[in-house]
Amino acid sequence: MSSLPVEIESSQLIKVEIMGKVYEVPTGLTMLQAMWYTGYELLRGAGCLGGICGACSTTYRTKGDIKIKTCLACQTEVEDGMSFSLVYTYYPNRKIPYDFDAVEDPKQDLFRFYPEASLCRNCDACTEACPKGIDVRTGVWEAALGKFKDCSEKFLPCVMCSLCVPVCIADIAPNQIGLYVRRSQGIFFNERPPQLLTRIEEIKEGKFESEWESLLAPVQDV
Amino acid sequence: MDKIEESKKRVQALRASRKDIKWPLLSEEEKHHLVHKYHPDYKKEAYGKIRIGPNQGEETVREVVKLLEGESCISSESISLTPQRQVDVLIIGGGGAGATAALSVKESGATVLVATKLRLGDSNTVMAEGGMQVAVSPEDSPIQHFMDSLRGGHMENDRTLLKTLVESGPSIAKWLLDIGVLFDREEDGNLSLRAGGGSSQARLLRCKDYTGLELMRVLKDAVLDEDIEILEFSPVVELLTDGEGNCSGAILKNLDNNKYTVVQAKTVILSTGGMGRLHIQGFPTSNHYGATADGLPLAYRAGAALTLQDTFQYHPTGAVYPEAMSGILVTEAIRSVGAQLVNGNGERFINEMETRDAVASAVIRECQEGRGVETPSGRRGVWLDMPLVDVLNGEGILKDRFPNMDRQYSRYKIDISKDPVLVYPTLHYQNGGIKINADGESTLKGLFVAGEASGGIHGRNRLMGNSLLDIIVYGKRAGRAASLRASETKFRELTLRHLEEYQSAQKEAGVVPQLVSPILFPDYVNKD
Repeated sequence: MSSLPVEIESSQLIKVEIMGKVYEVPTGLTMLQAMWYTGYELLRGAGCLGGICGACSTTYRTKGDIKIKTCLACQTEVEDGMSFSLVYTYYPNRKIPYDFDAVEDPKQDLFRFYPEASLCRNCDACTEACPKGIDVRTGVWEAALGKFKDCSEKFLPCVMCSLCVPVCIADIAPNQIGLYVRRSQGIFFNERPPQLLTRIEEIKEGKFESEWESLLAPVQDV
Repeated sequence: MDKIEESKKRVQALRASRKDIKWPLLSEEEKHHLVHKYHPDYKKEAYGKIRIGPNQGEETVREVVKLLEGESCISSESISLTPQRQVDVLIIGGGGAGATAALSVKESGATVLVATKLRLGDSNTVMAEGGMQVAVSPEDSPIQHFMDSLRGGHMENDRTLLKTLVESGPSIAKWLLDIGVLFDREEDGNLSLRAGGGSSQARLLRCKDYTGLELMRVLKDAVLDEDIEILEFSPVVELLTDGEGNCSGAILKNLDNNKYTVVQAKTVILSTGGMGRLHIQGFPTSNHYGATADGLPLAYRAGAALTLQDTFQYHPTGAVYPEAMSGILVTEAIRSVGAQLVNGNGERFINEMETRDAVASAVIRECQEGRGVETPSGRRGVWLDMPLVDVLNGEGILKDRFPNMDRQYSRYKIDISKDPVLVYPTLHYQNGGIKINADGESTLKGLFVAGEASGGIHGRNRLMGNSLLDIIVYGKRAGRAASLRASETKFRELTLRHLEEYQSAQKEAGVVPQLVSPILFPDYVNKD
């Protein structure tokens, strides 16, 4: 009796190498599902199982291809002759703590926190490594050139899986830069929404108090 | 497969004829009948009695009964309760509620330790797509937000908790903007709002369909900016009490070396999240890997009461095809911009903006009565006609607003702007949970609860977008209240007396524990 979270649809078995061991698994499974199928108990390396948390960063090769590729294991179906390793079950991040209250010029301060941000050598390996299809390299340049709005938009789908980090020959951590830029964009370059501020004032001034009273009084008697 | 293709063609052929039809909303009575007949919450045979503890005699689903009646992996003989760590506030769980609570405790000046089973941020929060409800438009008010939520919750919401939720919404949204959350905006600088099911006004704040990811990413980064200690891969396996009705600490387990750490804390905040990975009634789930309701058995056997523990949310539109995607959510927001639900014959059968319990019930009805579509693996579902979004709003809108959905399906070469997709309800949310007051405190003194693990705010059915609001509002409140209490309290004795009492209650009631709880992980390993 399989306790896999999916039904096995296919009786066709394929050969897959998981972290150095070859197994036969049915087609149609994702890499993580194939790991459960072959008996792995996953404590690390599994997260949302929906491609949005970056817990299952994986390196793999496919049959006949010299290229080493990266992906999220919950999002990638196994294929015959594939070889994969769930390698980044915890990436040693270099997150610089910043106090936004002390930041005066966020575009300049980017280089204070991440001085390597301007050192991109255009190899584009980060973009190739990204499992979310982000144009990472352009994003890093936009950050360095102070185009925070464009950079912010690019990094919206970033799941912080860190696959872009180890491939960078200039030791840039693009995901950390993207996040710093997004937060700066929100804090410094966005007006607070007028309707929201009005509503906060209205609540503070008690505009809804009489309505609340008439609404809640009879109910509380029940 | 041919049958699926045939059915799909019918959906496409009939699209033009149904696109402008406004489907009537159900009357209260019709909705009542529909939900009682088809919703899994009313399936009697799936339920059992809780035989011991504060909610003795009440019911919940058998999977949760088993957890509550389970045994601890800890016994008094096997462990020394000399504390290895002391901290003012211990936070258990590192999702949206836990991260917010940590920031709130830190701000108050108390010492804080966050222990979490996976990594900080691994949670259902990160997966939330639709948005966060806040009444900001001039046409809207906290009162309307309250009334919509109350109606959605079948009038069983805790009114004090709900009032606090909706009134805090605007200032919470401002706080999120202040720490760098980028909500979508209109050209005039106001927040862009979208409607959700069961809501009389458009009040969903969002970041395209990445709202939860954006919130969690910023909250986590904000926590890492502070000097806050975080222990990852370290779930709590038992709470500690002083034997006099106060929570006094907890036992953590390091998943890498299986060693226990005894933590003495003046107050404890439980933010362990939901239960989708219990696969209640055999449903697939939209939840993350760690959603195994750990907080429920921990709090319950330490003496905290539950409320509305018998009600769960089955999100109407979980993917059923391709099989590898089963359970994954197709956000409700897609229906709010015009996607229609259509059965195998190509016919609509419900107003798509009814509350989730009603829509889910209607989908189940269609499938039970033979109007669904069977997938190759034997699942059943109905169509969600997403291409309609572009027909109604303009070409390209669907993929522009829902890039995540587009990505999910394009992996399987399904173009959501051209083809409808098959969906069926997926286990999504625990409507009830551990009973709390407006400070987030449970009935066990010193134990605070925030987020999905708590119950009462949402009644018997949560509205879309109220959960992201809940975790931030109550994460903050629990953090503040737990810090204040800690400042007035001394460390208390660490005992397992609650466990001994629970064990004798088990014996007396003839309860034989069937598992060790919390279970921490779902068992997906193939036994063949």
